[in-house]
Amino acid sequence: MPTLELRDLHTDFDTRAGVLRAVDGVTLSVGRGEVLGLVGESGSGKSVTGFSIIGLIDPPGRLSSGSIRFQGRELVGLTERELRKLRGRHIAIIFQDPMMTLNPVLRIDTQMMEAIQAHERVSTAEARRRARDALGQVGIPSPDERLSAYPHQFSGGMRQRVAIAIALLHNPALIIADEPTTALDVTIQAQILAVVQKLASERGTSLLWITHDLSVVAGLADRIAVMYAGRIVESGSVDAVLDTPMHHYTRGLIGSVPSRNQRGHKLLQIPGMTPSPLNRPAGCAFRTRCPAADAVCETEPELTNPAPGRELRCFHPASNTAVAA
Amino acid sequence: MLLLLAMSLIVFVSIYAIGDPVEILVSPQATIKEIEQTRVALGLDQPLWRQYLLFLGHALQGDLGRSFIFHQPALSLVFSRFGATLELALSALLLSTMLGISMGLVAALRAGDWIGRTIMAASIAGLSLPTFWVGTLLVMFFGIWLGWLPAIGRGEVATFLGVTSSLFTRDGLAHVILPASTLALGNTALIIRLTRSGAVEALQSDYVRFARAKGLSPTRIVGVHVLKSVLIPLTTIVGLEFGGLVAFSVVTETIYAWPGMGKLIVDSIGVLDRPVIVAYLMMVALLFVVINLVVDLLYRALDPRVGLRP
Repeated sequence: MPTLELRDLHTDFDTRAGVLRAVDGVTLSVGRGEVLGLVGESGSGKSVTGFSIIGLIDPPGRLSSGSIRFQGRELVGLTERELRKLRGRHIAIIFQDPMMTLNPVLRIDTQMMEAIQAHERVSTAEARRRARDALGQVGIPSPDERLSAYPHQFSGGMRQRVAIAIALLHNPALIIADEPTTALDVTIQAQILAVVQKLASERGTSLLWITHDLSVVAGLADRIAVMYAGRIVESGSVDAVLDTPMHHYTRGLIGSVPSRNQRGHKLLQIPGMTPSPLNRPAGCAFRTRCPAADAVCETEPELTNPAPGRELRCFHPASNTAVAA
Repeated sequence: MLLLLAMSLIVFVSIYAIGDPVEILVSPQATIKEIEQTRVALGLDQPLWRQYLLFLGHALQGDLGRSFIFHQPALSLVFSRFGATLELALSALLLSTMLGISMGLVAALRAGDWIGRTIMAASIAGLSLPTFWVGTLLVMFFGIWLGWLPAIGRGEVATFLGVTSSLFTRDGLAHVILPASTLALGNTALIIRLTRSGAVEALQSDYVRFARAKGLSPTRIVGVHVLKSVLIPLTTIVGLEFGGLVAFSVVTETIYAWPGMGKLIVDSIGVLDRPVIVAYLMMVALLFVVINLVVDLLYRALDPRVGLRP
């Protein structure tokens, strides 16, 4: 039984200009202890997918249809109270910007202990001890002193470590990481990745790692799902998708990552920009930017299985293995 | 101190410009000689600069002159009424912060629906209605038509822990309700609006979303995470407004015949009792300085980002 299973999930936002389909039929699953990289540009709906899972979509947004199964249990339709018991305890989330996720006027220990005591009846001393241990595990030096500090006394990387420590407090089965390293510089990024990877694999925690950075998932994820305009367009194991991308969007993404082998060449870029979710092209949403698009693409491509363990939503899969450089 | 010095100079000169108290003090039948005698007795025959220097010299020794009317030291006269005003201002402050913060939070949480809109509409009314009009209306309604509450004066006083106040007796409390509500009205409206805008901002912040993702209850999120962020800007305003409550309780005290400093100053201005006016204004200036200091200290206690060293 997979830890998380999304089936045909739709999340819509009612705006004055019409219904905005941020998530438009996403189906994916994350196995126990598995790391799934959910990749896509800004506005592709990947963060909204993450927030939908723990029911943190606020009006005018709503989960309009689909199913979310967590450890076999259906989460769609649960009351706020039932969801609250899951949040933080069984499903944790790490946000993008560590400068914003901690409350600036509350001490670190307050913010950690309240997370413990929200789910377990433990004494203050016990909660404090566990908060301190959690800080130590994510590599924060002298955790005892740091506990009584305020967020502004930490650097961005340290704050993200605190957020990770909070996420790990209850040993959740699933952590949703919403671009947690995007706001950090590269060396800190590598440290944070190493910490999360180590702790998650030690505890068998499943990770849904949301990012736009392919180089981050390449070293971290077991599988990749590529999202475009609210849909998963391609998925499969990391090696398979990165070595033989079949969707032209994935190829474009990979081609636009700088690498050592292409020195001196101009980087590829995908022409145009993500279509507005209010006004998506009919059929394949990528066809207006796709080099292989033709008349067939004006109808919606179905999800197919071109190879074992791989899924693809395209009429004209790219055949040559090497990405044009 | 510099502020107080400047304040004293301005007050002194402007009062000099208002009019000659001697003409009011002496009886209409007084002869020119009697008028001159009064003038000399009060020290008003001296040129202005001399009067000011004399005043300053005495003020440094804690003597702000004697009232022309009551023949008591002006400062102790003002002080004797200070308690009543403080009592009224504190009641109004308590009322407006409690009511303002709670209604502001409700307005923020129910921003979209009719409850939120009603509160906001009421707060606009509260800000724009003039005190004297609301005061008169309240007296008429609760004091005269319904007869539920005493309309004028201060109630019985009692002494508790060495403080004498009418807030410790039932009668006193009944007397303070109407004037305190009147005085609190504008402040309540202001605090509602500030609390609401701060809370709306906090509710949309990432840290509130993160707090929800931790599985915290809404009570804890609003009561700790949102409230604490709101309290910081609010402290400054409430502090400054408290000074305003004390200083400008003049209108309210006059309506309700509340025997406080405001009533005293109105009466003193009527008879041009210069030392009392000066003493009152100096006292208010001092109060503002003290309040500013307290607010700064409170601010540091509340907001960890404000350091003790610059």
